[in-house]
Amino acid sequence: MTAGRRIWVLGATSAIAHAYIRLRAARGASLLLLGRNEAHLRANAADLTARGATAASVKCCDLARVPDYESVLSEMVAAGGAPDEVFIAYGTMQQQDKLLGDITLARDLIDTNFTSVVCWLLAIIERWERSRPLTVIVIGSVAGDRGRASNFVYGSAKGGLDRFLEGLQHANAGTALHIVRVKPGFVDTPMTADIAKSGPLWATPERVAADIERAADRGQAVLYTPWFWWPIMLVIRHLPRFMFDRLKV
Amino acid sequence: MTMREAVRSWGCLGARQHDVVEPAFVDQAQAALVEHRPILCFGAGRSYGDVCLNGGGWLLRTRSLERLIFANWTMGIIRAEAGMTFDALLRLAVPKGWFLPVVPGTKYVTLGGAAANDIHGKNHETAGTFGCHVRRLGLALSSGAILEVAADQNAELFAATVGGVGLTGVILWVELALARIKSAFIDVETLKLDDLDAFFRLSKQSEGWEFSVAWVDCLAKGSDIGRGLFLRGRWREGGEGEPLAPHGSPRFVVPFEAPSWLLNGTTVRLFNKAHRTRPWAIGRHTVHYNQFFFPLDGVGGWNKLYGAGGFFQHQCVVPTDAAAVAVRRLLELTAAAGQGSFLMVLKMFGNRASPGVLSFPRPGATLALDLPNRGDSTRRLLDDMTAVVMEADGRVYPAKDATMSSAAFRAGFPDWQKVERLRDPNIMSDFWRRVAA
Repeated sequence: MTAGRRIWVLGATSAIAHAYIRLRAARGASLLLLGRNEAHLRANAADLTARGATAASVKCCDLARVPDYESVLSEMVAAGGAPDEVFIAYGTMQQQDKLLGDITLARDLIDTNFTSVVCWLLAIIERWERSRPLTVIVIGSVAGDRGRASNFVYGSAKGGLDRFLEGLQHANAGTALHIVRVKPGFVDTPMTADIAKSGPLWATPERVAADIERAADRGQAVLYTPWFWWPIMLVIRHLPRFMFDRLKV
Repeated sequence: MTMREAVRSWGCLGARQHDVVEPAFVDQAQAALVEHRPILCFGAGRSYGDVCLNGGGWLLRTRSLERLIFANWTMGIIRAEAGMTFDALLRLAVPKGWFLPVVPGTKYVTLGGAAANDIHGKNHETAGTFGCHVRRLGLALSSGAILEVAADQNAELFAATVGGVGLTGVILWVELALARIKSAFIDVETLKLDDLDAFFRLSKQSEGWEFSVAWVDCLAKGSDIGRGLFLRGRWREGGEGEPLAPHGSPRFVVPFEAPSWLLNGTTVRLFNKAHRTRPWAIGRHTVHYNQFFFPLDGVGGWNKLYGAGGFFQHQCVVPTDAAAVAVRRLLELTAAAGQGSFLMVLKMFGNRASPGVLSFPRPGATLALDLPNRGDSTRRLLDDMTAVVMEADGRVYPAKDATMSSAAFRAGFPDWQKVERLRDPNIMSDFWRRVAA
């Protein structure tokens, strides 16, 4: 049952988000796209409308710097009703060595990827009518599963977010709130355009999107995508420190 | 968002270093054109030679520009960003009863690439080229302008852009008229060809068949020249009310480059013989469009079968009057050299005029075959074939070509300077450096 499903997409210009909502659009969803660049949001909205979305409106705002969540949420509800699903895909990534030398940049990354997402979720849950089913899908990262030398600043923000979502789910167990914590590995998107993409670990946004749709429809709580990241991260999480310390990952 | 990368074309004739920029939105594509030079659009990389390469310079990879801008599924008119592939568009359009008006032998090409090379298909007699169905194009120029070009708006630039191999600006989007279908299946009739005369005869006798193509054994000699299969097809009638099922994903992908000895005279001869004589091929069948139009798409990355050296494709067209003699001469050349591989494709082009200054199709017979790269001997054969084409007043297809001389290009496309005059100053390609500079 997705025809007319009202979906808020936070970070709608992300490649993973767009690939995912294309699947929902094809099933007649009604969409509110949020992001910073209005022209880009409109290009995506046109694409989604042509693919079958019953509605695709856009709202331009800096998701990481919202002065007043209450008023923004009121506007969003006024624009087409309360959501059946909230998809949070925005975030930033920086090379670790840049972050280690620049505390402002590091703080900004943590605020965007962790603090602001937590604030959005607290505000959304506060307003949520508990009788109404709500699915919340959040794009995390396998980088949040264990702190690693190569990206632990980004990883800690994603890891912290994972803990928050875990707790939010626990607090709402047995209610109509369904949280999907998505943990993609390497995804070939414009966000990773500077990284050489070779090897079998790279996935397309379309593949990740199809996995997310299946997880959301099944009521799955945690999704590693593609699937092979589940065994990989199981090993990484449980590797004893004396062995882990020898790995350059 | 840029990377230094070794990029090669479909023929795998050697990778060249490029700075690659991959915009996610059209405004970023326009900015890349303004900022970088020399630059060239790179779509799905399915052209064979150097028409999509710009060694040492910039490539603007269009694969993330793949949104629909609008779709009128009642009228069958769509406007989409240039990087959308036929694969993606067919998945959307077929269930709604629409098909691309012209498709090449693979669905893994982009709309922008199809317009820039003004591609053709098995229905050239009735449908003309892809460009005949392009209603308008969005074109970004390095001056910062974004123009709409069409047959009745900026007409000169439209004619230079359709088939203009990417030189006149960055094609941002393509607006296209689709073709109505009532079935996803094609009724096919396959006939045996004993010689070249049979091909010309059957081509004339196939009115009422929207699609036609012949596969000819390019290793046959003497009186066997021209033996092969003639395929003709049309959309299945009477399938109304059936669900219109689009194609799926490829079942098999070539994982790495095959050893170069795999495709030698003997294996190719055996394949050609098996293909030609399998008894179940002859007669009437109904097949899904995917199998009819895109048989090679079932094997992902088949170009790697030719090994590390890569391969050339020669495709030419010779005018109708000269066709019988010239095609025979070309077949004699490949048979004598023993270098042809698999099957040669032979087809008559119709009279519908191509809209582009550099559009390849013109009335006559077109012939295409792959040649594994065996160095100088292969290049000599290609030169000999081009000489036959020139003598017949024909031309060689830029999208396939890697070797033709500047003289052969200028003779085949006498109006080439119209494109050079309208070439965007920031755009260049290895092909253009070779034939026009």
